[in-house]
Amino acid sequence: MITEMAPGTPSTGAGQGGLAVALEHLTKRYGPPGTPPAVNDLSLEIPAGQVCVLVGPSGCGKTTTMKMINRLVEPTSGRVTIGGQDIMGVPAVELRRSIGYVIQQVGLFPHVTIGENVAVVPRLLRWPEPRIRDRVEELLELVGLEPGVYRDRYPAALSGGEQQRVGVARALAADPPVMLMDEPFGAVDPIRRDRLQNEFLRLQAKVRKTVVFVTHDVDEAIKMADRIAILQRGGILAQYDTPDHLLTHPASEFVERFVGADRGLKRLSLARVADLSLQEPLLAHVGEPIADVRARLNRAGTHFALLVDAADRPLGWLSGTSLDRNDAVAEEDAAPGSALLEPQSTLRDALSAMLGSSVQLGVVVDERDAVLGVISVDAISDVIRAPARGSRPDDPSADAEP
Amino acid sequence: MIAGRPILQPQWVLDNLDEIGRRLGEHVLMTVLAVTIGLVVSFGLALLIRAWPRLYGPVIGISGVIYSIPSLALFALLIPITGITLLTAEIALVGYTLLILVRNIITGLDGVPPEVIDAARGMGYSVSERLWRVELPIALPVIVAGIRGATVTTIGLVTVTSLIGMGGLGYLIVNTGIRRFFATSILTGVVLSVALAVVADLALLAVQHRLTPWARARAT
Repeated sequence: MITEMAPGTPSTGAGQGGLAVALEHLTKRYGPPGTPPAVNDLSLEIPAGQVCVLVGPSGCGKTTTMKMINRLVEPTSGRVTIGGQDIMGVPAVELRRSIGYVIQQVGLFPHVTIGENVAVVPRLLRWPEPRIRDRVEELLELVGLEPGVYRDRYPAALSGGEQQRVGVARALAADPPVMLMDEPFGAVDPIRRDRLQNEFLRLQAKVRKTVVFVTHDVDEAIKMADRIAILQRGGILAQYDTPDHLLTHPASEFVERFVGADRGLKRLSLARVADLSLQEPLLAHVGEPIADVRARLNRAGTHFALLVDAADRPLGWLSGTSLDRNDAVAEEDAAPGSALLEPQSTLRDALSAMLGSSVQLGVVVDERDAVLGVISVDAISDVIRAPARGSRPDDPSADAEP
Repeated sequence: MIAGRPILQPQWVLDNLDEIGRRLGEHVLMTVLAVTIGLVVSFGLALLIRAWPRLYGPVIGISGVIYSIPSLALFALLIPITGITLLTAEIALVGYTLLILVRNIITGLDGVPPEVIDAARGMGYSVSERLWRVELPIALPVIVAGIRGATVTTIGLVTVTSLIGMGGLGYLIVNTGIRRFFATSILTGVVLSVALAVVADLALLAVQHRLTPWARARAT
């Protein structure tokens, strides 16, 4: 029974991890025998706790494949196992309650509050009321939505990005070992999408679910995946590999064309800002005497200081004439111009943000926007030049990181 | 009209408060009965249509035909079968509610966003759990709008049943009013039935407001 591993267990912190999912010779044909199949003899093994991204052009059967895992689509032949057990051995409704489900249009229930939306599956599983309450609280915090603020609101009062965070919280509610995500970030604008992707990766590092993630966007696939399955029209598996291997060793012309000519640049999507060793900028605090800042700059032999507020949040760069005065540093003295980066940002996103700003040093900040360090464009171009290796591009500075 | 008698006699109203109250109560009862039965029947029809969408055309067509039959003619058709009874009156009244109610229930259910249904299926709702806990609550504003329309229509039509001896406030209009050229009674019946329609409509609106706080939530 698949249910015994999902709902009943009490949730503690990160909860249980994932279970391996295997697709064995799956075929789906919409129509009588002889019609071309939507998914054709597909076999995949997804190790427990990994993110497997199904990617391909429209009509490649990626969503159909995903929906055969929670039986929203019944296979014509072949089978799916979760944790080694055949999913056909469990009633469909019960199976679905043990699998998280996130879709592009979110599909929150408009008539109940955010708290009740998150509580949907625990309620279907008839958890006791206090446990549901605690779980809702825990999950809203996990996805970065203050429970006191959001729990009693209705979905219509939330932005698209906030709604999708609720969607993810709802899918995680009963601590399912497997999550299915169908273009979950496809409906939000690129900047928020990047944030949501980073948040999800951070979350996934904690919860370690087995995730089947569908997208048509190769860049998203490369960023999110531990393994990528590229499907081509007719539901045929073109290649199933780690992102790095896929980029360096595409198995066919189709894969090569699909991942694009800029494969070298795309490899930047595989490394994250956290993989580089950050440089420490000279920090100046608001209210500090300018003379002190000047003295420290001279000692360090540089011309720029990063101005931060009391919570170490960056305000901008201090340089030139703003350093000539003799009073205290004010907020207005800072010249903004650096891209703000998160440790989870891919180097590709970091590079593009840095090239788009007036100062080509990216400021890396943590969840509370406090400065962690800075990185330069040069450090990133070193990564592009490095030869392929394992699952991460070679980067000597990354080895210094814990 | 008898010469020397004032057209309106407020004293008559005061003298007959009991009778007026009884007729008003009767009117409310006949309306509630008709709308309740109409709702149950319409809900059943709507479920049939959901199971077999091809029934939509015929069901709406037949309800439309019933709706378009003049009420007097409908009574005339029914009297040979069910006699001059409350049953005759209610069959006709229920018949008139069907078009509005079935149409609104179906429209309301069709208006549930497909992604909500997809999410509900994917999370493991059974078909009936989905209907009761997701689809009907979301369709509620449209369904209540239908109930309001049906109620107001029915309140108007109940007066006509006075022609077969029922009628609630219609009794005041037809039997003690028109037949005796007594304007005070006519006016009392008309004013009360209009007031009843307005009050019922507002009361249902208030109920809808209470039941659907979510429909007023907007991005802040």
